[in-house]
Amino acid sequence: MLSPADLETLWLTFKVASLSTFILLLIGTPLAWWLARTPSPAKGFLNALVSLPLVLPPTVLGFYLLILMGPQGALGKLSHFLGLGTLSFTFTGLVIASVLYSMPFVVQPLQTAFNNIAQQTLEAAATLRANPLNTFFSVVLPLSRPGFLTASILGFTHTVGEFGVVLMIGGNIPDKTRVVSVQIYNHVEALEYGQAHWLAACLLGFSFTVLVILYTVLKTPPQIQQLK
Amino acid sequence: MSSLPARFKLAYKNFVLDIDLQLPSTGVTVLFGSSGSGKTTLLRCIAGLEQASSGYFAINGQCWQDSAKSIFIPTHQRNLGYVFQEANLFPHLSVQGNLQFGLKRQTQQTISATEYAELIALLGIDHLLNRHPDRLSGGEKQRVAIARALLLKPDLLLMDEPLAALDEQRKQEILPYLIQLHQHLSIPVIYVTHARQEVAQLADTLVLMEAGKVLASGNLTELFNRVDLSFAKDKAASSVWQGTLISHETNYHLSCVAIADQQLSLPLINAAIGTPLRIQIYARDVSITLTAPTATSILNILPAVVKAVNPTSNGQCSVHLQVGTQSLLAHITQKSAQQLNLTADLAVYVQIKGTSLLG
Repeated sequence: MLSPADLETLWLTFKVASLSTFILLLIGTPLAWWLARTPSPAKGFLNALVSLPLVLPPTVLGFYLLILMGPQGALGKLSHFLGLGTLSFTFTGLVIASVLYSMPFVVQPLQTAFNNIAQQTLEAAATLRANPLNTFFSVVLPLSRPGFLTASILGFTHTVGEFGVVLMIGGNIPDKTRVVSVQIYNHVEALEYGQAHWLAACLLGFSFTVLVILYTVLKTPPQIQQLK
Repeated sequence: MSSLPARFKLAYKNFVLDIDLQLPSTGVTVLFGSSGSGKTTLLRCIAGLEQASSGYFAINGQCWQDSAKSIFIPTHQRNLGYVFQEANLFPHLSVQGNLQFGLKRQTQQTISATEYAELIALLGIDHLLNRHPDRLSGGEKQRVAIARALLLKPDLLLMDEPLAALDEQRKQEILPYLIQLHQHLSIPVIYVTHARQEVAQLADTLVLMEAGKVLASGNLTELFNRVDLSFAKDKAASSVWQGTLISHETNYHLSCVAIADQQLSLPLINAAIGTPLRIQIYARDVSITLTAPTATSILNILPAVVKAVNPTSNGQCSVHLQVGTQSLLAHITQKSAQQLNLTADLAVYVQIKGTSLLG
């Protein structure tokens, strides 16, 4: 059965994933919109930057974040300046890392959804007295609903599955940074296979259910190939 | 009659738009030209969907663009109606939702319930209000798009090839609505097309465009008959006359139409006396005689004066005639022209073998 410590890691994982997904939607929406519409040459550069976590080993991302967030790193200095203390090995640090790590899984489906909206549809809205912000909320958002659903689900599940980055910058602190994937690792290290089974089955069930929803409810399910 | 000054300069990689026009403030002005002539770009400049680097446009005392004063009103603040080639209905809204979209945001004008109902009925979409756009035919979508634009009581209606995406049958289905609108609307309409038939049916004023410039502009009939333009030369050359239905001869299945000081008999027209009508006379259907023909089966014989005779290709020539106050174009063979010795100012008779009613 799941021990109270296991339940704690589940709850922590849920908190990290929800908060990261929420932040990602806030940042990712304008970013994806800009990437989908801009003729700027900086687009390719930014696209590559956003997609980096897709190909980078999580340990590499985690390593750089660890340095950045450390007392000598830029982020670390900033957080100290703001009176937030050190970010590494904290919940906040974990959320920041998750946001970067899952960024492509939110930005890319949104970008695809925005790309599918014809320029003429936006122009039609303009000729019907809708200002750009109004057009975004009354035309773009409702038309990209499937994209938002995909982005939220992929962002959430991908964050749940993160391991390497957590280990590098979050460590293994109970109730602060110990998420499910790390807890499974702990159980296996301690040869508690029974405990590991329970948690692993939870994640397996969760991931599979989410993907079943994604592929049955949505008319145009995301292609992982397309994502990568 | 006041006019709308439109001046735009815009340069793309391989295309320069350079326009200085006085658009009429009433009736339908058709921008006509082949693709790439800049007619759609001009329309988009007027709407503000494209920002001309240098431009001026004002309507009803409101300046929409004046680059000299750095004025550029964004599209959503211009009181215009725009109908695209594709209907561009919002797929997530019902027909009703689409119609309401602009109304909810409109602040300058209000439309009464009666006017609303009238417009919906005029465009024949009253039975479609609860449907979603994906359940409409192409013609129905376009009618909804036109209603959606007109409900805002725009100062100006801009239409960008609204029939081009429709098949022939749908075009014929929607044209009568456009012709009716033409008679009901008091606002200026600027209509882009490359279809000659739409020009004949809808235009009051014609602006002929080529390579980003205005080749000619003016009254429809005038331009249709002008020697230096291609209209007068090819097989579809025709004259368009604006008239009024004055009587019916039901026993002969004929109707009489007055065009200024002239009268024509046409196959019975199913409309009330006094209805304004537009009649197209193809140049190939007009023949010329020197004396009044007495024994002929042709009903429409009118006295005319030759204005000019211009040889075209293949042994044909186009004869420009004055019939009362109307101008008329005839295509005859060069041989006939020589035998009749047609010269300017010669008084002749024209026989019109056929006419077509444009609505």
